[in-house]
Amino acid sequence: MTILILAEHDGVQLNPSVQQAVTAAKAWNSAIHVLVAGNGADAATKQAASIHGVEGVIQVNASHLENLIAEDVANLIVSISKDYSVILAAHSSFSKNALPRVAALLDVAMISDVLEIKANNTYVRSIYAGNVLTTVLSSDAVQVLTIHGSNFNAAALTGNATIALVDAPPAFDKTQWKSEIRSQSDRPALSSAKIVVSGGRSLGSAEHFEKVLSPLASKLGAALGATRAAVDAGYAPNDIQVGQTGVVVAPELYIAVGVSGAIQHTYGMRDSKVVVAINQDPDAPIFQVADYGLVADLFDVVPALTAAIQ
Amino acid sequence: MKILVAVKRVVDYNVKVRIKPDGSDVDIVGVKMGINPFDENAIEEAIRLKEKGLATEVIAVSLGGSANQDVLRHALAMGADRAILIETDVDLQPLVVAKLLKAIVEREKPDLILLGKQAIDDDAGQTGQMLAALLDYPQGTFASAIEIEANTLTVTREVDGGTETLALTLPAVVTADLRLNEPRFVKLPNLMMARKKPIEAINVTALGIAIEPRLKLIQVAEPAVRKAGIKVGSVEELLNKLRTHEGILV
Ligand SMILES: Cc1cc2nc3c(=O)[nH]c(=O)nc-3n(C[C@H](O)[C@H](O)[C@H](O)COP(=O)(O)OP(=O)(O)OC[C@H]3O[C@@H](n4cnc5c(N)ncnc54)[C@H](O)[C@@H]3O)c2cc1C
Ligand SMILES: Nc1ncnc2c1ncn2[C@@H]1O[C@H](COP(=O)(O)O)[C@@H](O)[C@H]1O
Repeated sequence: MTILILAEHDGVQLNPSVQQAVTAAKAWNSAIHVLVAGNGADAATKQAASIHGVEGVIQVNASHLENLIAEDVANLIVSISKDYSVILAAHSSFSKNALPRVAALLDVAMISDVLEIKANNTYVRSIYAGNVLTTVLSSDAVQVLTIHGSNFNAAALTGNATIALVDAPPAFDKTQWKSEIRSQSDRPALSSAKIVVSGGRSLGSAEHFEKVLSPLASKLGAALGATRAAVDAGYAPNDIQVGQTGVVVAPELYIAVGVSGAIQHTYGMRDSKVVVAINQDPDAPIFQVADYGLVADLFDVVPALTAAIQ
Repeated sequence: MKILVAVKRVVDYNVKVRIKPDGSDVDIVGVKMGINPFDENAIEEAIRLKEKGLATEVIAVSLGGSANQDVLRHALAMGADRAILIETDVDLQPLVVAKLLKAIVEREKPDLILLGKQAIDDDAGQTGQMLAALLDYPQGTFASAIEIEANTLTVTREVDGGTETLALTLPAVVTADLRLNEPRFVKLPNLMMARKKPIEAINVTALGIAIEPRLKLIQVAEPAVRKAGIKVGSVEELLNKLRTHEGILV
């Protein structure tokens, strides 16, 4: 019984969530392999080999794996799947795209966004935007799952796994990767930032979103987040939406600015260690999940807060 | 071009669901139900493609009890041409839904299959990808824009850190994100007209597919709730609390 972790990387750097996936995989007390598919992602492969607990890294190089599409990733995993009884990855737009495809090809159920591994086939995951926790048991021969990264500590980088090269199946030719737009930002990555400053619709415009929140985020070394309402209105890019249908964050400090606190939003931030809410409505639901609430006009207090921070 | 759209009936997104006292499942008896929000985006997109003259027929399909007629009527009122209800009272999991949808795809041979990116009850986000896998079709998940030219569908996908664009050869599976479009409001006359459009009911047994759930539900529970904290009166008090009580050096 061996565990396969699908690694996420950008061609160079391994995504830190792989270290969390390794910690989750240790629940099975079995050998752990990491799959790095790409086109010469040597640095990411070496990083994967250095994660404590990883026994082997499978590197697959092919020109058609330069920009990964779910169809190729799924066919690749299925081509090596006979050696594995668990296939997992940290929950992200990458794994959400590929692993259901793997599960269907293997004719097994998939368990999405696992919060806790209770036993080798029993998991806790949430439904209804995090309002209900379910415990589910899968009796399938192969367990396919994604894990909720922030619930698992990152495994240390003290390992020294062997690296094996494996060939890729032919390219899936009905899907062509065309282009990507990566949001440019000097700020820390939202999903792993220690501090997050999030803004809502109340910022009123993209200019205000930037002018009011950026200086605060810069001073704190924080990532910026947003509500869906703010993203839909075009005040902030889609990839910083926090919530049920966006990114889930669990920083040490989350500052919600002019955010009402809809359950779809709080799903994405309520595991934060300390939550600060600034809202002019004393009855805003966000105060029910905030450790410290400040009832005030954000346009007054955010600049004051920024100025007062050392 | 024919488009098939999968619409799920779910608890309304404003409802906070309760748990049965014995913790065996959620209790949704008498709760307000509606169309899964992402599926509404999927129908809207299909109808827009028809209005642009790119699609000839839009078929809505839902799987579940006879009550699912209401979400199909909603889809018809939005502009779908006809609807299919695959009837069962068994709770269906994504892999089973994908297998049943595959059977309908094989019968209807649509060029494009639109689904929501995720159902807001199970929050699985799997069915579209599973359906694409079973059909060996290309997939464009979490779509925020699509464009069709001849046999190629260009899809912009919302991914962590930005967006990505793919070109898919039809037939293909696309799952809708909320920003794909703004679904239209259904007007009363449209609802009246929708009553005349056909809903074909197919009993699930007629499709000959095993529908037993693979995942066994052991129990449901309330998550630990965050305790509401305190209100502070000023920026100074806030910073003071963070520094002295939380050890956050701001
Ligand atoms: C299927 C589905 C999925 C969804 N997924 C997500 C998701 O992932 N993430 C998400 O965030 N939302 C999501 N939503 C939307 C969610 O339900 C809310 O509509 C949204 O979070 C509200 O955003 P908001 O707080 O910015 O806006 P509003 O609810 O309009 O709140 C604005 C707040 O700002 C306050 N305010 C106004 N002016 C000021 C001022 N000058 N100073 C201080 N405070 C002020 C107001 O008191 C109010 O509380 C989803 C909805 C659906 C249906
Ligand atoms: N019972 C169902 N009937 C119709 N469509 C469904 C059903 N279940 C899932 N779907 C479709 O699959 C999408 C994703 O669902 P899920 O994988 O459960 O999150 C939904 O948005 C629907 O488009």
